Amino acid sequence: MDAAEAAVDRARDELLAQLTNDLGDGLVESHLVPGDDLWIRVARGAWVETAEFLKTGLGFQYFNFLSAIDWMPSPFGRDMDSQVDIELGHDEASEVDSSLEHGVAGGETRFQVFARVNDIVNGLGVTVKVDIPDDDLSLATWTGVYAGADWHERECWEMYGISFDGHPGLRNIYLPSGFEGNPLRKDYPLLARRLKPWPGIVDVEQMPGDDDEEESGDDS
Amino acid sequence: MTAISDRDQLSYIAAQAADARVNVELETEGMTLNIGPQHPATHGTLRIVAKLDGEQVIAADPVMGYMHRGYEKLTEVRTYPQVTTLINRIDWVGSFANEVPFILAAEKLMEVEAPPRAQWIRTILFEMSRIANIALFLGDMGLQVGAVTPAFFAFRDREHVLNQIEAVTGGRFHPNFDRIGGLKDDLPAGWITETKRAMKKMRNFCDEIEGLLQGNEIFEARTRGIGVIPADIGLGYGLSGANIRASGVDWDTRRDNPCGLVHNELDWKVWTHVDGDSFARFWVRLQEVRESTKMVDQLLDGLPSGPVMAKVPRIIKVPAGEAYVETENPLGVMGYYIVSKGDLVPYRVKIRSASFNNISITPWLLKGVYVPDIITILGSLYFILGDIDR
Repeated sequence: MDAAEAAVDRARDELLAQLTNDLGDGLVESHLVPGDDLWIRVARGAWVETAEFLKTGLGFQYFNFLSAIDWMPSPFGRDMDSQVDIELGHDEASEVDSSLEHGVAGGETRFQVFARVNDIVNGLGVTVKVDIPDDDLSLATWTGVYAGADWHERECWEMYGISFDGHPGLRNIYLPSGFEGNPLRKDYPLLARRLKPWPGIVDVEQMPGDDDEEESGDDS
Repeated sequence: MTAISDRDQLSYIAAQAADARVNVELETEGMTLNIGPQHPATHGTLRIVAKLDGEQVIAADPVMGYMHRGYEKLTEVRTYPQVTTLINRIDWVGSFANEVPFILAAEKLMEVEAPPRAQWIRTILFEMSRIANIALFLGDMGLQVGAVTPAFFAFRDREHVLNQIEAVTGGRFHPNFDRIGGLKDDLPAGWITETKRAMKKMRNFCDEIEGLLQGNEIFEARTRGIGVIPADIGLGYGLSGANIRASGVDWDTRRDNPCGLVHNELDWKVWTHVDGDSFARFWVRLQEVRESTKMVDQLLDGLPSGPVMAKVPRIIKVPAGEAYVETENPLGVMGYYIVSKGDLVPYRVKIRSASFNNISITPWLLKGVYVPDIITILGSLYFILGDIDR
């Protein structure tokens, strides 16, 4: 098992070296968790080039998914007017903090598109991220490389308002045509929560006879 | 032979011109056929707008969203334990399997590992939801070509598995049984022998279905060579599960990337088929159910003792980070990409559901097929609408 894991790690190291070598400045940042996963962040201009190199150069033939992340925290907080917040001493004011805090492989902008492709022969996967500047929410399409990106880009377009240049038919996939707004953006309000506070948190109240609150593992 | 006179030639040209005129007048425009949203082959409410030229499809466009419930948005306002209630409803025929990758991803971020007994019971229930799910497909596949009996058999025999799932979890369809750090409860008394009996019944069911459909002239004629997916096209569209294995791709996450489940300790086989047609997809799934029943038997024999829950805090906060975990669910690869900011609720959950990718090939696949084949192709791709719309 250890030998196999080490081999996979070497494979990921090698993969990252090849990507760095080929993409050059196109590769902005990378994050490697040995024996687990690999993330890379590429420049917007190198987005399609990355896909092409992964598919034809490295054998990542399998298209897994494509989506986006909105890194601006919701201006409405967590919408959880809850007992837990009081118990944990949560400060409601600090909740509505609009500073961007990026995740793995960093980032600079509010919106980030990320996609995952797999090399099924060697059992490797890589998550590719790209920053989308606020003043120009657009990105080149991957449909020319991976046919499956079509619907994922349509979903991403309607949910985040990021358009994909060169996409064959960017129209609504889930929402009715004429829908206004981009529901998965953090500043799009969840109307159900605006109308009625969420009662679903009450079940973490202390159970009778339960003294050790932090370490009880029988029920959750 | 006499030379053709001018008059003959003229009348010939006139006749040709008249013919051409008639043809122009009779030329038909393509017809648009709406299939669904309420068609039995759509397992929910998928609508397909097919443009036809005679009996042939020239363009097919699936229209989704009739059942879009916005789970990705809703997960952002639910605590981690509450999310499992939602994601149960993604693929509602194999519900337990939906919970597993999410819980595994959360456990990965929390660096918690479920005790061995919990991992084994998880794998048992995971495989049992596969059996319950694909049994429905096997019956349904007969229904697509007009054979009603397999569907009745499927609904009858699926009950054996659902009863066992209900006995453990309390829910036939929505178990909501998986917890971060383990499982809600241990197995009830007498469950192991009952389950073994149920597995035997499911093997009999597979034999029955095989006897009814495989070799049946109508079934073979309607599925052999229909809806062929070449491996490279399938990979580009992100097909997974039996759909891609029926195209000859030997890839199964259970064997190749087992995270948190114990498939690698069992003796089993990944079935593939080279044809890539509707029949191959049916055949691979049939073998998979058999393989799963064998797996469950082995798991029941080797079930380790011990607790079913690790020590986890009462209020679950997941440390900041990102993790992606995918498992081989009944419909194909299902994964959750979780972005956590160290809070009670996930910051972002990307749900990679199998059917969304599986069905995205339909505009390509349905081009040029005949109308009755649309139904068998959709049936053989096997999707659950909740798994497309999320």
